[in-house]
Amino acid sequence: MHLLDAIRLAFQTLRVQKLKSFFTLVGVTIGVMFLIAVVSIVEGMGSYMENDFVAKLIGTNTFQLRRFPSISDASESEWREWVRRPRITFDDAKEVAAALPPGAMWSVESSDNIAIESRFSRPRELEASAVDGDYFRIRNMEVAQGRLISPQELALGSRVVVIGQEIATRFFPRLNPIGRTLKVGGTSYEVIGVAAKQGSIFGISLDRFVIAPASSPLQRIVNPHGLIDGMKVKMPTTEGMFDTRETVRQVMRARHKLRPSQPDNFVMETSESALEFWKKIEGNLVIAGVILPAIALIVGALVIMNIMLVAVSERTREIGIRKAIGAKYRDILAQFLVEATTLSIIGAAIGVALGIILSQAIAALSPLPASVAPWSIITGILVGAGVGVVAGVYPASRAARLDPIVALRAE
Amino acid sequence: MMPGITDVPSAGEPGLSTTAERKIVTASAGEAPGKDWVIVARGLTREYDMGGEIVRALRGVDIAIRRNEYVAIMGPSGSGKSTLMNLIGCLDTPTAGEYWLNGMLVSDMNDDELARIRNREIGFVFQTFNLLPRASALHNVELPLVYGGVPGAERRKRAEEALDSVGLSDRKLHRPNELSGGQRQRVAIARALVNRPSILLADEPTGNLDSTTSAEIMNVFEQLAESGQTVIMVTHEAEIAAHAKRVVVLRDGMVESDDRREKFAARISG
Ligand SMILES: Nc1ncnc2c1ncn2[C@@H]1O[C@H](COP(=O)(O)OP(=O)(O)O)[C@@H](O)[C@H]1O
Ligand SMILES: [Mg+2]
Repeated sequence: MHLLDAIRLAFQTLRVQKLKSFFTLVGVTIGVMFLIAVVSIVEGMGSYMENDFVAKLIGTNTFQLRRFPSISDASESEWREWVRRPRITFDDAKEVAAALPPGAMWSVESSDNIAIESRFSRPRELEASAVDGDYFRIRNMEVAQGRLISPQELALGSRVVVIGQEIATRFFPRLNPIGRTLKVGGTSYEVIGVAAKQGSIFGISLDRFVIAPASSPLQRIVNPHGLIDGMKVKMPTTEGMFDTRETVRQVMRARHKLRPSQPDNFVMETSESALEFWKKIEGNLVIAGVILPAIALIVGALVIMNIMLVAVSERTREIGIRKAIGAKYRDILAQFLVEATTLSIIGAAIGVALGIILSQAIAALSPLPASVAPWSIITGILVGAGVGVVAGVYPASRAARLDPIVALRAE
Repeated sequence: MMPGITDVPSAGEPGLSTTAERKIVTASAGEAPGKDWVIVARGLTREYDMGGEIVRALRGVDIAIRRNEYVAIMGPSGSGKSTLMNLIGCLDTPTAGEYWLNGMLVSDMNDDELARIRNREIGFVFQTFNLLPRASALHNVELPLVYGGVPGAERRKRAEEALDSVGLSDRKLHRPNELSGGQRQRVAIARALVNRPSILLADEPTGNLDSTTSAEIMNVFEQLAESGQTVIMVTHEAEIAAHAKRVVVLRDGMVESDDRREKFAARISG
């Protein structure tokens, strides 16, 4: 018997037994649906992390010199060691900047939540950063209005700020903010630029910032005593990254007076090292996200196996007739295997459709970005087929082994 | 039950009707019969092991049937008719003895080879029709061709021809439950014939039919036999058996008599 005949036969049987078939598919449908949804969410978060989040946070060909990692799942004891580390200072940054190869860009940044107010709005605690070096070029930040802070203003510590779009609308509603005064931590600054829209990460706006020169009064409020949160170094290409990191490392080890046996007491984060952390979470999410559907699929397989066993005993006579007429072992085996597999592939296909709808719904209703991976659709269908084959083998071989004489006597 | 058989001594050599048949079955074991012989059984034995107790359903049956013969197998209940049918129909293999079908030694075959032989060489007609209830008449008749690997278009054509030949041209798409008993048995006959089998094997084909319909179905068998189809029919009714040209009577797993119809009729009318 040809496969096509077996498939046609399977559809015939399914048409006749609609309700039973429906219940048979439910397990597989639920399993595949969750599989697709979980994979989509994790994939969506993953591509977001790789393309947007880390790039916005750190950037390509860039590393960040910090006291300890910005994103991590550190243990208690690691934390205790980290907080004892010496902080990074302006003097560290100056010496590192001097040691950088030509073409390298650097920036320093210290941020904190500071009271901000204008004549048009009540004061609010919002993030303000004191920056120096090639900050805007590294961040690739452009202005929508006005201009960026010039190197001279950075060097002089002029009281000028570039603000994010949300700050502009909040503190200068329906007004042109350029040239107006914004009070940052009690000091009056002149708004010289409004940055282009930055968007959001996980539903958190990235347009809520105030940037001022590091040598302006803001620095003393966000980070006293010449301390900074961290320093960024950006290379023009990937090639110089390793050597430059080594150079910076040696400068910092010398400044921290570390003996050769002592480990670094600072970190140089790249987007890859930040991503490593994400990969770790992603792995756990995938495992957790696979166990749930797996349970549903096992239940689905057991249901299909049971239904098929019932079908075999209900259709013993039919099997006897088919065998008397010339069906071989493998014809009957194929018939029931194809039936079980068709059933579970249909279940899986419905599951894929519902999974796509579910992940779109999650993407629409929550800040989680969900993107359906094509491979997860194929996997979903294959998993469905696999469940059908596994669940069908035992009932099918029981059917195929029936003695035609005994089967013909069945009611 | 068949009154009359036991008290009438069988004429001539019991078990074999002609010398030629006697010769072919008593030939040395393993000797392939010639082309004329559709069925040759030598010392066919079938025992069932019922938890230690051996039930001897057939105890050395010798039968030789030529192409184009119309044979009835009779005997009281429990005499081994069904067991012999199953062996002749290649649904079962003997415990001992030889069974040659069309020059092929069936008694040594495995399950898949038997399935192939059933598909190519045997056409079954059962007492209970044994049609697939959810399939149309046409699909039921197509089924042997499906397992024979006949491509779709030819399959359909041949199934339609078979249904035409039993006078069911206008019932092709009906399901068994939309057909009368006689019509169902016609579908079963069409199915049995569609693969052009060497033998048409019928087990009590009129057992579930009223007398008018029975006569109709017997008519169909008669015509088939006349057109050259080898027909073997199991029945416990002497009237039905009397339609055949030759009647084999089983008793206690052995051939009690094997006669031409005329001789058999004479004997039972006593
Ligand atoms: N599958 C079986 N298992 C055990 N005994 C059987 C089986 N089939 C038939 N028999 C026995 O073999 C004998 C012949 O049975 P059967 O061929 O059905 O006779 P008939 O068809 O003439 O009534 C009976 O005694 C019956 O009980
Ligand atoms: Mg019987």
